[in-house]
Amino acid sequence: MSLTSNTGEREQLAYIAAKAADSRVNVEIETEGMTLNIGPQHPATHGTLRIIAKLDGEQVISADPVMGYMHRGYEKLTEVRTYPQVTTLVNRIDWLGSFANEVPFILAAEKLMEVEAPPRAKWIRTILFEMSRISNNLLGLGDMAAQLGAVTPVFYAFRDREYVLNQVEAVTGGRFHPNFDRIGGLKDDLPAGWIESSKDAMVKMAAACDELETLVMGNEIFMARTRGIGIIPAEVGLEYGLSGANIRASGVDWDLRRDAPDGMAYDEVDWKVWTHPDGDSFARFWVRLQEMREGVKIVNQLLDSIPSGPVMAKVPRIIKVPEGEAYVETENPLGVMGYYVVSQGDLVPFRVKIRSASFNNVAVVPWVLKGVYVPDIISILASLYFILGDIDR
Amino acid sequence: MSTSLLAVELAYWSETTLRVIGGLVAILLPAGGLVYVYLFKMMSFMQSRLGPMEAGPYGSMQLLAEVGKWLQKEDIVPAKADRQVFMLAPFVVLISTFLLILVLPFGPDAWFVDLDTGIYFAMAVSSVSVIGILMAGWGSSSKYSLLGGIRAAGQLIAYELPMVLAVLGVVIQAGTLNMNEIVFAQANGEIFGIDLIGNPYILTQFVGFALFMVAIQAELTQPPFDMPVAESELVAGYLTEYSGLRFLLFFIGEFATAGVFSGIAAVLFLGGWYVPGLAPEHDLYNVLGPLVLMGKIFLISGLIFWFRFTYPRFREDQLQRLAWKYLIPIALLNIVATGVLKVVF
Repeated sequence: MSLTSNTGEREQLAYIAAKAADSRVNVEIETEGMTLNIGPQHPATHGTLRIIAKLDGEQVISADPVMGYMHRGYEKLTEVRTYPQVTTLVNRIDWLGSFANEVPFILAAEKLMEVEAPPRAKWIRTILFEMSRISNNLLGLGDMAAQLGAVTPVFYAFRDREYVLNQVEAVTGGRFHPNFDRIGGLKDDLPAGWIESSKDAMVKMAAACDELETLVMGNEIFMARTRGIGIIPAEVGLEYGLSGANIRASGVDWDLRRDAPDGMAYDEVDWKVWTHPDGDSFARFWVRLQEMREGVKIVNQLLDSIPSGPVMAKVPRIIKVPEGEAYVETENPLGVMGYYVVSQGDLVPFRVKIRSASFNNVAVVPWVLKGVYVPDIISILASLYFILGDIDR
Repeated sequence: MSTSLLAVELAYWSETTLRVIGGLVAILLPAGGLVYVYLFKMMSFMQSRLGPMEAGPYGSMQLLAEVGKWLQKEDIVPAKADRQVFMLAPFVVLISTFLLILVLPFGPDAWFVDLDTGIYFAMAVSSVSVIGILMAGWGSSSKYSLLGGIRAAGQLIAYELPMVLAVLGVVIQAGTLNMNEIVFAQANGEIFGIDLIGNPYILTQFVGFALFMVAIQAELTQPPFDMPVAESELVAGYLTEYSGLRFLLFFIGEFATAGVFSGIAAVLFLGGWYVPGLAPEHDLYNVLGPLVLMGKIFLISGLIFWFRFTYPRFREDQLQRLAWKYLIPIALLNIVATGVLKVVF
């Protein structure tokens, strides 16, 4: 983990800004503050996150996220599901990038069983993984514009996401919940003509990136609303366990796709990890946009180089995972997602601990929201880009 | 100048009735048209969807369906609300719109009240809506409403000033505050000796026009200046607790005021009911004028709504900075320049 240059100065500035906000809040004449309860039912949290914001005027003195309104107990539920059944369940954690939720669990189970998926399965896995990243990021970018008051880009995002979802559906049969990854490979091979249609879809995705860049990112009001707002310095982000685009936007060059590509095909293609030195809302938006572009590049290269062969390794019909423990984490659309699987040699896992990205990404909210204005609460939350299912599991 | 609606002598009661009906038509017709054309259709097409298609041909009856829906809904007053204030607020907002339309000329004789200080009156009564919005924000006893109401008050006060200053340029050039006189001044005016199209003041007062458009965008709380009702932050701002008929009144108020302000902009900058080629004294204008003005209203509202659907919103402090640090100095410079040029030419 190395910091890119000239972040030091920016971090210092951010600290000074936070301190100044602190003193501004504290020095002024004592007035009765107002506690604003944002959520659990609120249009901006797209789910049931509740933020208790103590306000002085429109300035936030403190903000506490309250989680758990959507807790569904997936960790416990996995204990009464067989290993192949778990993928159905974990699909629903980050429901916008659902295929990506299956992968780390399957990789953990494969690690315990000491099987390896054949190359073609790895390739298709990586393609679908990146497609879920593209669709997820696209919606995140559109949503951020919507939270800032621009109603139109989010419709473009929803429209263009369909092209990717159609491709996912063509392979897996499910738009949102593919349930396609299997221990030792994949459920099926690709349908005929899928590679060509995917390439067409990727052309559309590249166009969508350009459109978002010119329509949203180049907008002066968008820049005024996001630049220098919600700065998270690198070490604060690391302390709070931020991951994914959020930490890369703070200048930390850390991407598990490059650093730990086991079981995936990322080291076979030519791509780049983008970081941004600023760590503000704009940087997070920018990194997500670049990651979407990289995703298109990765998918295109993988589609070209996809090897032939089976998509399923030899695994027993009834899967019993040998006794042991494994922790596998992957770079999911929202950040690092990991499964700690403890097996006692049974049909079902003994215990599964799920490390989801949004939970940690939201943990930084009290720190970053201190001293900002009410409108910036929303833009910062949107730039952190969390999925409620990913917070509460 | 006649004080009656169409220069016809009528008994007081029939004249008043006619005026009320005329006022309702003049308020509701553009408002409904704007909702359908821009909110339902243009917005949908911009967002790659079709919008309402089922009610009536091409969804044209959708507005009636919506109004019917709102009328049927329960008119909920929150238990802790300041009841009278809460219930009165939408009417106060609507009153400002109705007062505004009074001075808007639709033709040489087709207008409601002939005020010599017409534009001055319009600028003054447009502020009445602030009171209604503050009442709604305070009376709802909701924190979101309160924040929205306070934001609206700050915003409307900040943008009254550039609006009035932008209008001053026109007033200086026309030499009158009477809105119909301003139309005549444009119709009979000439620009650099060419009097083919008169002198619509958008040609000479383009700075004023831009300022006026920005100011009414803020005055109407349309994006990028929609913080008072910012749906992603404040749920719906001062509208949060309203339902049924009272919400409908606010909704009508929003679009009717957009129509009326567009009308004022059309009168001030686009020559109002005048079309080039027909002498402004012609009697035909009493019939043609309202249609011409309507067309110009739709043109200007199109701009307003185009911005509304495209831009993200400012933050409250950025909005205030824009008004006080940029718009007002530019408007003052515009007045100075207009004054100097008026003396020179």
